[in-house]
Order: sequence, then structure tokens, then C-alpha cells
Amino acid sequence: MLLVALIALPVLAAVFAALLPSERRRPIVLPLAAAGHLALALTAVASDDPAAFGGWLALDPPGRLVLLLLSVLFALCAVYAVGYLHYRGELSNRVFVPCLLAFLAMTTLVVCAQHLGLMWVAVEASTLATAPLIYFNRTPRSIEATWKYLLVGSVGIALALLGSFALAYASIGSDPSLLFGDLLARADRMDRSWLHVAFALLLVGYGAKMGLAPMHSWKPDAYGEAPGVVGALLAGGLTNCAFLALVRVFQICQAAGEGAYASRLLITFGLLSIAVAAAFLVGQRDFKRMLAYSSIEHMGILVLGIGLGAGALFAALLHMLNNGIAKGVLFLSAANIHRAFDSKSIDEVRGAMRRVPLSGTLFLFGFFAITGSPPFGPFVSEFLIVSHAFAAERFFIASAMLLLLLVVFVGMGRTVLAVVQGLPSPEAQRTSYRDGLLTGLPVLCAMAIVLLLGLHIPPPLEALLREGAAFLEQRP
Amino acid sequence: MLRFSIVNLLLVGILLLNLFMLGTSRIRALIQAAALQGVVLGAMPLLIADRLSSNAALIAVATIVLKGALIPQMLRKALRDAQIKREIEPLIGFVPTMLLGALGTLLSIALASGLPLEPEHSELLIVPASFSTVLTGFLLLTTRIKAITQVIGYLVLENGIFIFGMLLVEALPFLVEIGVLLDLFVGIFVVSIIIHHINREFASLDTRRLASLKE
Repeated sequence: MLLVALIALPVLAAVFAALLPSERRRPIVLPLAAAGHLALALTAVASDDPAAFGGWLALDPPGRLVLLLLSVLFALCAVYAVGYLHYRGELSNRVFVPCLLAFLAMTTLVVCAQHLGLMWVAVEASTLATAPLIYFNRTPRSIEATWKYLLVGSVGIALALLGSFALAYASIGSDPSLLFGDLLARADRMDRSWLHVAFALLLVGYGAKMGLAPMHSWKPDAYGEAPGVVGALLAGGLTNCAFLALVRVFQICQAAGEGAYASRLLITFGLLSIAVAAAFLVGQRDFKRMLAYSSIEHMGILVLGIGLGAGALFAALLHMLNNGIAKGVLFLSAANIHRAFDSKSIDEVRGAMRRVPLSGTLFLFGFFAITGSPPFGPFVSEFLIVSHAFAAERFFIASAMLLLLLVVFVGMGRTVLAVVQGLPSPEAQRTSYRDGLLTGLPVLCAMAIVLLLGLHIPPPLEALLREGAAFLEQRP
Repeated sequence: MLRFSIVNLLLVGILLLNLFMLGTSRIRALIQAAALQGVVLGAMPLLIADRLSSNAALIAVATIVLKGALIPQMLRKALRDAQIKREIEPLIGFVPTMLLGALGTLLSIALASGLPLEPEHSELLIVPASFSTVLTGFLLLTTRIKAITQVIGYLVLENGIFIFGMLLVEALPFLVEIGVLLDLFVGIFVVSIIIHHINREFASLDTRRLASLKE
């Protein structure tokens, strides 16, 4: 019942928000629903084995981690959104608020779904719910971004559906089923050629949703044009849902004894994504597009970590949390800077530290965190992945990753420093935006979480991560 | 079996429709062909299921109404509202895309012959027809420049996946099938709104104008 409530709560809140006539009061629904969702999510994560609908909905250990991340990130973004929508009072939020809540409901459904078909329906629904969010600013550029997002995203996940069907058909001889439990149990009897086709299609499909290169073309456009709060939720929430889908499929492949085939593909896509991101991060002049390429890079690190397997699984799951929250810091602070200067190009934005000191500082620290500088969380997880690669004698992978991370650090560093340092140029636009409680505090909280994850992982969370890694390693 | 012969005949019809869609130069004809494909697909679950269940009948009706009537209607309305030229503008000519489509069909047959089938499915053409239709959708998506023809490409791609779903008609839960159809419907609905906005902002549905966002 808990899981049903977890999904129903944001749905009801979305309906309520859609019916609420007051533009000014509607955003308040967001933090209220988010608080309820967070409370339910914490209860669900702590409880033993919540399940509903005869095993269709359940929380497995990796699902718990994603749910936790999603709920915390959404809570921070919900508070921020109230401040944001107040500042953008001239635009109607009648579609924006219900769509954000629908997004929360659908991503929660992705996490809880134990049926590949149901999971697919939820991923597609969350894509559709986010399309109006990207289009919030109603500019020609945001239409273009929404169009690419919808087209690439829908075609990508259509292939994932074909892959899901192929996976179900791979268990020739027994009744086809799309429940993860059934698929895992009969994995060793699956037909190899169907399994290969299925995994390739699912990787391309959900990889497009994650934004892995070369299916990443929608990402810089969508993240560049969407409001920062939407970017944060896409980069920290939706991409991780697609990642969870891939992780589950990878687990099935491994159980079928085809782990080596799947690992090879994952590592290839991972390294390619990091390389493409690094290439476009150097000399990037638009700091919101820069964050999109950073997201592509970290999705690459995640699948690379899963592909390395064994010891790197723990690190990859930890990195998922680190990256998700750090992306919250970066997107939200970047959005504040964007509003303070009315530009997102480093040709016009300079001296963010002076004009919006809190956001400027957090943007800088967020940059240090995401590029893997100590003492922040991503340092720990990236270090663990690289050291595992060395320990497993995958020297090429480890050194390529280290080299690319260095390129990313230098490339992003130049853009970020140009934004925060110096004096705002006299001709730079002045806007009425200043950091406030609602748009500052959530970013500060997210930064504190990223720092905490780097200094000391709380024991309950560490237990969850260990359970998650062990769950992915198990063979029936 | 007679049932399966009819299914195969319908699948051949779908393959011919694919080629027609790649070769036609009128958007209206393209929408018409996609609608016809939807109706043919809708009839298929009834022929393939061993026993007629109310769920299979419901899916068939929903598919026919949605893919055969509602979605084509939305597309025609978008076409009317946009007041655009009714010719399809291809990046690659019609004859070369038809040839590519035929090549894709041959490739699909080759690929499908390498994949084992359940004994009761062995005489069906479902797998090659599905792959070929997916490829046709891809071709339409990538070689046609108008936003509306790209949407039809997506629709055809989805049809291809629907064909594959016929192999699992007994296993796929009713809820999931309806969910897939609902997602498709909402998706096309959202897209037709976006098309409306593209047309208003850019005074054209030429997706080559959507090129201000790049490195």
C-alpha cells in the first residue's frame, strides 16, 4: 500500500494543482506534495519489503537508492520552484506545476515497477510530462529544444520497447514474461541471439534517454533551454531512472552468463560518452549547455562503472547519488546566475560572485565537486571506480578515464571561472533578481549533502549501497 | 493453418504499405496509408490469439479507433491548421528511399532468419515484417524534413513494434498494452501542439529551420 500511496500522492496533488484557480497559491502545492512524498519515501526505504499488486510494484535495493535520490532532489527543487515561479510571475504556471508533479509520480512508478512493460510506459509518460516543462519559456529556441527532446526521446524509448519484447521472447520454451523476477530466474535458459538483440536495443533505447553518446544530441538543447529547476530534475532524476532500467537489464544478462558481452558494450558507450563530453566541454561558452555535457560525461562514468562490475558496482551506485545531487547544485545556481544577468553566455556573464555572491560561490563549489575534487562526494566515487579499474588490470580504461577527466576539469574550469570571477561588465544587463531564501537555501542544502557524502557516508546509507551492489552481483 | 495464412497476407500488405509510404509525395496519402496500416494491425490480435478473449477484442478496437481514426484525424487537423504545402519535401529522393526500404526489408529477413522462433510461430512473418516496418519508420524520420512527416515516421516505427508485440499477445498484460497505446496517443497530442507552435513561430514546418541550437 505504501508504494501505491507514494505514486498516488503526486498524482492527486497534480490534479489538485490543475484545479486550483490562483496563480499565486498554486506553486505552494509543490513543497507540500514533496514533503509528503519524502516522508513516504523514507518510510518505504526503511521498511522491509514493500510490495503491491502481486509483485508488479516492489522496491529492490537499487530502486531504494534511486527513490531516495529522487525524493530528496525533488524536495529541494520544489522549494526552489516556488521562488522561481514567483520571480517569473508573468508566465502562467497552470501547466508547469501539474506537469512537475506528474513527473514525480511517473518517475516514482519507474523506480517501483518490477515489470519491464510497466516500466516502459512510465518512462515514456515521464518524458511526455517533461516536454511542456522544457517549453515553459515559450521562445522559438525552447520550441526547437522541446521538438528534439520529444523526437529523439520517443524514438529512443520506442527501441527500448522493442528490446523489452525481444527480451521477453528470449525465454523461448517457457511462457513469456516481463517480470524482472521471472526473467532473472529463467535467465540461464534464454536464447543467446535474442538476448543479444534485446540488450543492444535496450542499451540504445534507454541510453538515448540517459543521454549517452552518440544518442545525446537532444541533451545540450533541452538542458540549455529548459528552466534550471527542470534541468536539475532531468539530469539528477529522469536520467537515473533510465540508468536503473539499464542496470536491471544488465543484471539479467549477467545472470544469463552473457555479462562479458554486456560489459563490453557498456564500457564502449561509457568511454565514448566521456570522450564526446570532454571534446565539447573545452571552449564551451554557454554555461547551461556546459552542464548538459557534464551530465553526458557522468552518465558515461555510471555505465562504465556498471560495465566494470564487481567492486565498481558500489562506486557506480554511490556516484549516481553524488552526481544527482551535485547536478542539483549546479543547475539551480546556474539558473540563478542566468536570471541575474539575463544571459547564459560567458561573453556577457562575468563577476557572478559579486552580483549574486551565494549562487556564484555555490556554482564554483559545485564545479569543484562535479569534477571530482576532494573533499566532495564525486571524488570518492570516481576514485573508487578508477582504482577498481586499475586493480582489475584494465589499464587502458583507467588511464583513458583519468586523462579525459583531466580534460573535463580544465575545459569546465575555464568556463566556470570566467563566469564567477572578475567584475560584471558595465554593459551587462542588470535585472531585479537577487538571491533569496527560496532560491538560495535549497542549493545550499544540496551542496551540504554533496560535501557530507564526500566526508562521511552515513551508515544506513552505506548499508543501502552495499545491499544494492550485492543485489546486482547475485547470480541465481 | 488458415488463420496464420491470413496473418501473413496482412503482413505482406503492411510491407507493401511501407514501400508506398516511402514513395508517395503527398502528405495526405501518407497519413491515409498510416491509418490503413493501423486498421490492419488492429485486426491482428484477433487472428493470432488462440481463443478470443474480451481483452484481445478491446485492444483490437482501441488500436483501430486510435491508429485508424483518432491519430490520423489529429494529423489532418494539424495539416489544415498549418496551411502548409501538401507536398512532402524529402532530403533524399522518393525512388532512392524506396530502394533503401526494399533493401531494409531484405536485411530484416536475413536478420530474422538468424533468430529462433517458438514452433507455433515458425510459419509467421512477424519478425521480418516488424523489423522492416521499424526501419521504414526510421527512413521517414530521417529523410523527410517536415515536422509532420517526421511524426508519421514515429507512428510507423511504433507500428513495427506493435507487430512484434503480436508474438507476445498472450503474455503482455492488458494494462501494459493500453498504457502503450495511451502513451502513443498523448505523445501525438503533445507533438501536434508543438507543431502548431513551430508553425506559428517559424512560419513553416521545415525542421531545417530548427537549427539555432548547435555548437
